[in-house]
Amino acid sequence: MRQVPTVKTLKINGRDLSGRQEETILDVARQNGIFVPRLCEMDGLTDVGACRLCLVEIKGQNKLLPACVTAVEEGMEVTTDSERLQNYRRMILELLFTERNHVCSVCVSNGHCEMQNLAQRLGITHVHFPYRYPKEDVDASHERFVIDHNRCILCTRCVRVCDEIEGAHTWDVMGRGIEAKVITDLNEPWGSSETCTTCGKCVHVCPTGALFEKGRSVAEMMKRRQFLPYLTLMRKENE
Amino acid sequence: MKQESTIVIDPVTRIEGHSKITLHLNEDGRVEDARFHVTQFRGFEKLCEGRPFYEMPSLMARICGICPVSHLIASAKACDSLLAVRIPPTADKLRRIFGLAQVTQSHALSLFHLSSPDLLFGMDADPAKSNIFGVAEANRELALDGIRLRQFGQKIIERLGGKRIHPAWVVPGGVSEPLSEANRDAILQSLPEALAIAERTLEWFKGTMERFREEISTFGNFPSMFMGIVKKDNGLTFYGGKLRIVDASRHVVADDLDPTQYDDYIGEKVEPWSYLKSTYYKPKGFPDGVYRVGPLARLNVADRCGTPRADQELAEFHELQRTAVLSSFHYHHARLIEILYCIERLEQLLNDPEILSKQVRAVARPNALEGVGACEAPRGTLFHHYKIDEHGLIRWVNLIIATGHNNLAMNRSVLQVAKHFVHGSRLTPGMLNRVEAVIRCYDPCLSCSTHAWGQMPLRIQLISPKGEVLDEVARA
Repeated sequence: MRQVPTVKTLKINGRDLSGRQEETILDVARQNGIFVPRLCEMDGLTDVGACRLCLVEIKGQNKLLPACVTAVEEGMEVTTDSERLQNYRRMILELLFTERNHVCSVCVSNGHCEMQNLAQRLGITHVHFPYRYPKEDVDASHERFVIDHNRCILCTRCVRVCDEIEGAHTWDVMGRGIEAKVITDLNEPWGSSETCTTCGKCVHVCPTGALFEKGRSVAEMMKRRQFLPYLTLMRKENE
Repeated sequence: MKQESTIVIDPVTRIEGHSKITLHLNEDGRVEDARFHVTQFRGFEKLCEGRPFYEMPSLMARICGICPVSHLIASAKACDSLLAVRIPPTADKLRRIFGLAQVTQSHALSLFHLSSPDLLFGMDADPAKSNIFGVAEANRELALDGIRLRQFGQKIIERLGGKRIHPAWVVPGGVSEPLSEANRDAILQSLPEALAIAERTLEWFKGTMERFREEISTFGNFPSMFMGIVKKDNGLTFYGGKLRIVDASRHVVADDLDPTQYDDYIGEKVEPWSYLKSTYYKPKGFPDGVYRVGPLARLNVADRCGTPRADQELAEFHELQRTAVLSSFHYHHARLIEILYCIERLEQLLNDPEILSKQVRAVARPNALEGVGACEAPRGTLFHHYKIDEHGLIRWVNLIIATGHNNLAMNRSVLQVAKHFVHGSRLTPGMLNRVEAVIRCYDPCLSCSTHAWGQMPLRIQLISPKGEVLDEVARA
């Protein structure tokens, strides 16, 4: 019987690297200090490839592939930082900014926001698309937390952490395309949710100021995300 | 041929915001009526609806880049009353320091950057050099003093709030960070230079007053009431206290008014020709309930400043007229005395042993569904009034900005100046500038008060009884 090799060797940006076969391009890039932008992926949660910011070029393929859900393969030659990729990434981010109402200056997460940091890192100074200015709700019915749909980018981290880590599955997504939004229970006010355990994990994994603690003023919402890898590691050890 | 006409000044220059002035002439070519139109619209009251009230101080600060601190303070005070908390004493004092620094820099901007060309070169000077750069060429020290004084105030704001414009440091329940010893000491070190600038500018200003006799007697020199917040001992304050209204003879019309009950005694009226609301004192009705706010009003209302040098100057100021000081030209003078007061008061507050306390924020959930915050902004009394739902989301907002209180008075002042200086269907730059200069006395902040949209051009139109534009002067 042929032995399947467990380690794959590949090139990322011309560097010879290796990864275990179950690892993704993003895993290997991260282990080797190669920056690949992402907003939906998070260490400790399953990957969904929702934000498309981690798209990379693979030699021999016309399609760009998301690094977070593409497994490494033997002999792969990956480029993570071409001009074409940079342009696409900026475009994706700009579209995220136009889709809802992101006003950094008065946001609870100003200065501590993953999307804002990424925009700065990618050198976005202007948005080239017209803003949509949709009218989105703020649900402040929960005793301790608030969801401001104006700032939600539909990364679904809240949905995954609630389901996979907390096990409550309070959050989900309803609607399709531009109509999609995250909901609690069956689209009921968060405050009357029967499944929410008020654990706050969703708030802390949210990359923007969409989910925040009540009583936080502008720029005061600092998110603590270190808990997640430890939590998953401990669970695995207990198994 | 004799006919009625209208002169339009559009835009009014060297003020904050967008406006125009129309002068209506009668058949003899004399000014019959004058209107100060605020041509911009913003709508902050509406766009805040649905937002968590914790965002309000920072949202409201965006109303203005010159006096964001006043909006922060009034807004935070309204939010304090939604929380129904008494904020820690140190937070109260730190907010006062923040406010005083801002009054200083804002007054410096008004006096040096916007009005000093009129004072230095006279009202008939060439418009091309009537700006801060012209001042810098003609009197370098004066211009530098203005820039330094503004920097002084802005630096204090930065040291406390982290940045000079739109700091998010003032929050519902207090402030977000205590003052560090290093910052306290650095601010204290900057006081002597600022005080010296204030002193020499006041001297210089008093020396120029003689040249402006005609303007003093016609620049909004009419009887009106004056309103301002005073301390319990009727002393000058910017942060909070009770409202006091005096008449043209400085007799008290109303005292001990609770600013949070403003709706009981202040009426608001909207005119179809301006985006700026006019307020009036309800018991006297509209338009007889006209009153003025801001530096001139505060010094007419207050019995004392409470700091030695400012008190000396206040006594001298009260001697200017036997009655209340009525001429709006003296807004400039009052502004300089207030700068002096701010610097002296800053020193008192910074030397307070409590000022470095780490307890600077009260934490609570919303305990009231309605809250009003009031303070004295550089340009006058500022009210923020919010209603929230049980989850803390804003349902309704009303703002009364200082410039709105002065709207009626500004209109009257423009009319008075125009009647005195404008004749016939031809306009000279000197006439035009005087009509604008009287507006500058009030230092209106139109972007604040209308919540701004559009460009800032001044146009004066001269309109005939048939509606023909006879003459028009425009500045692009």
